[in-house]
Amino acid sequence: MSQPANRANSDEIEEFRSGMDLFRILCWVAAVAAVATLAWIIAEIVQSAWPAMQKFGFEFLTTSSWQPNRERFGVAPFLIGTAVSSFIAILLACPLGVAIAIFLSEDFLPLPVRQTIRFVVEMLAAIPSVVYGLWGIFVVIPIIQVFGTWATKHWGDFPLFAGPAYGNSMLTASVVLAIMILPTITAISRSALVAVPKTLREGAYALGATRWEAILGVILPSAAPGVVAGTILGLGRAMGETMAVAMLIGNSSRLTWSLLSPAGTLAGLLANQFGEAEGLQISSLMYAALILVVLTLFVNMAGEWVLRYFQKKTAGIR
Amino acid sequence: MMTTSLPKAILAVSALALTTAAHADVSLSGAGASFPAPLYQRWSVEFNKLKPDIQVNYQSVGSGAGVKNFAQGVVDFAASDAAMSDEEIAKVAKGVVMIPATAGSIVLAYNLPGVTELKLSRDNYVDIFLGKLKKWNDPAIAKNNPGVTLPDLPINVAYRSDGSGTTFVFTKHLAAISKAWDDEVGSDKSVTFPVGVGGKGNEGVTALVKQTPGTIGYVEYGYAHGNGLSSASLQNQAGNFVAPTAESGAATLASVQLPENLRIWPTDPTGANDYPIATFTWLLLYKQYDDAAKLKALKEFVTYGLTDGQKFADELGYIPLPPEVVAKAQAALETVK
Repeated sequence: MSQPANRANSDEIEEFRSGMDLFRILCWVAAVAAVATLAWIIAEIVQSAWPAMQKFGFEFLTTSSWQPNRERFGVAPFLIGTAVSSFIAILLACPLGVAIAIFLSEDFLPLPVRQTIRFVVEMLAAIPSVVYGLWGIFVVIPIIQVFGTWATKHWGDFPLFAGPAYGNSMLTASVVLAIMILPTITAISRSALVAVPKTLREGAYALGATRWEAILGVILPSAAPGVVAGTILGLGRAMGETMAVAMLIGNSSRLTWSLLSPAGTLAGLLANQFGEAEGLQISSLMYAALILVVLTLFVNMAGEWVLRYFQKKTAGIR
Repeated sequence: MMTTSLPKAILAVSALALTTAAHADVSLSGAGASFPAPLYQRWSVEFNKLKPDIQVNYQSVGSGAGVKNFAQGVVDFAASDAAMSDEEIAKVAKGVVMIPATAGSIVLAYNLPGVTELKLSRDNYVDIFLGKLKKWNDPAIAKNNPGVTLPDLPINVAYRSDGSGTTFVFTKHLAAISKAWDDEVGSDKSVTFPVGVGGKGNEGVTALVKQTPGTIGYVEYGYAHGNGLSSASLQNQAGNFVAPTAESGAATLASVQLPENLRIWPTDPTGANDYPIATFTWLLLYKQYDDAAKLKALKEFVTYGLTDGQKFADELGYIPLPPEVVAKAQAALETVK
């Protein structure tokens, strides 16, 4: 039987398939370009930071004086500030985020209401950082000041609440950061909770568990890796957050125990001082930038790794 | 008829084109300090009304960035509160001429409800910024303000978190009047203040002062005035408490002896009515310009600023230059070729 005219024979197909695959090449180029850009950014930062790295070495991370006019640079207060503000933000956002995720993954409310709430929480992620900063100045600072005056009176002896209560303080910045990372934690935790296999849920109820026993005893523990990954990604975002924090944290380069005192973060330091910096100060700021990049990359990689590892582990259960 | 009028038409059109080319727009670009930016931008608008074919663009990117752009030859002129140091001048191949264009005072703006006049002695304001005075009703402050009830509020200091010419001038003054300040903090565009909260830009410090009662911060006079903040009267070297006004600022500038390169900061003026913290701000020009049209336009613009432009200074919160300074500035402008 002769083949119809519009059907290619197998030789033509072979020739077509063995030729240059333009689409594949373009995809390769795009992927390599993305990786190369990251490598290039880090290479440029290291190059600019080299003079400061040679001069200060690891002491840079432990010295707590930042004096551009005396050429003494040390990022300990800013490193600690970044760590503490992110940690408090996680402390506030994680329980709230997981609670919202549980609420959205169970059927306490009808589906349209749940979908609206989910949409609104995700919209929180769309608000620009600067707008959070402005909102923080007008709304959060007065609240924290009232709380601060009360706290210093009653808990003033406890070092965390010592000293004069400032409006622009570590606590203010942490509260606003918590709101900013809430959508990340909520969205990822919700996905993790919804992905728990139905068989597990049904099994729990079949064994006579109440609703909350099932949630807290079975569903949440099996979704825990996803929740942890979401929290770690939220932490990564909190560490890099610049504008809102710089507007609210008070930008001080002194180490202090009190949460009600102004503090500083690495990102805020760079945003504030880079414009007018010269010479060794630029190298030191680039060194601080390198530390921040390594920190956030590490945290994000850890989050991705946790997510992927436990996804593989729970993949078999259906 | 058509054949003879066509060449004539072409001739007429090309003549017109040539004449419009002769009046082509000259565009000058400058960058630098944010402190004089409102004034330079006003000059640019008003000057453009007088000479529509010259357009001056000034970007307020900060003294440091402006000087860097100037050294790289990216802009036609720069502006800086900290002028240029000798090392920076050495890096510019075409040479630098520094011309004082305007001046301003740095005031201590405060937020104390009910207190409209505040006098601070030299020791008072140094100790406030060193963190040694912690409450507003401290006897050291109260004795300079008889008859004024100072509230029982903690003193909240506000400073600049970003590098700035304002910090440079303020800390230079404090270092000049107090050895304790010089040893502990020093002076520069960016220093570590012993106490207080940092805000970004003059706007940031103004916002901090307005937000919280009991806050005191250093800002340019224009910002305090424009935002309705009260400013403290400071004690000068002669022992008098002087309020920051155009007259007291002008008195400070008049007593300054300008050196050859016109770069000087009156860190501790000695006159009886001098306001203690005032500074010039400079326009930085190259010694040589290759483009003749740009050179002419730039000279006209700077001359305008030094003469007619000074009348906008008071309205925007700057100190008009004393006539001797204007004369020296114009002489320096002549050296630009």
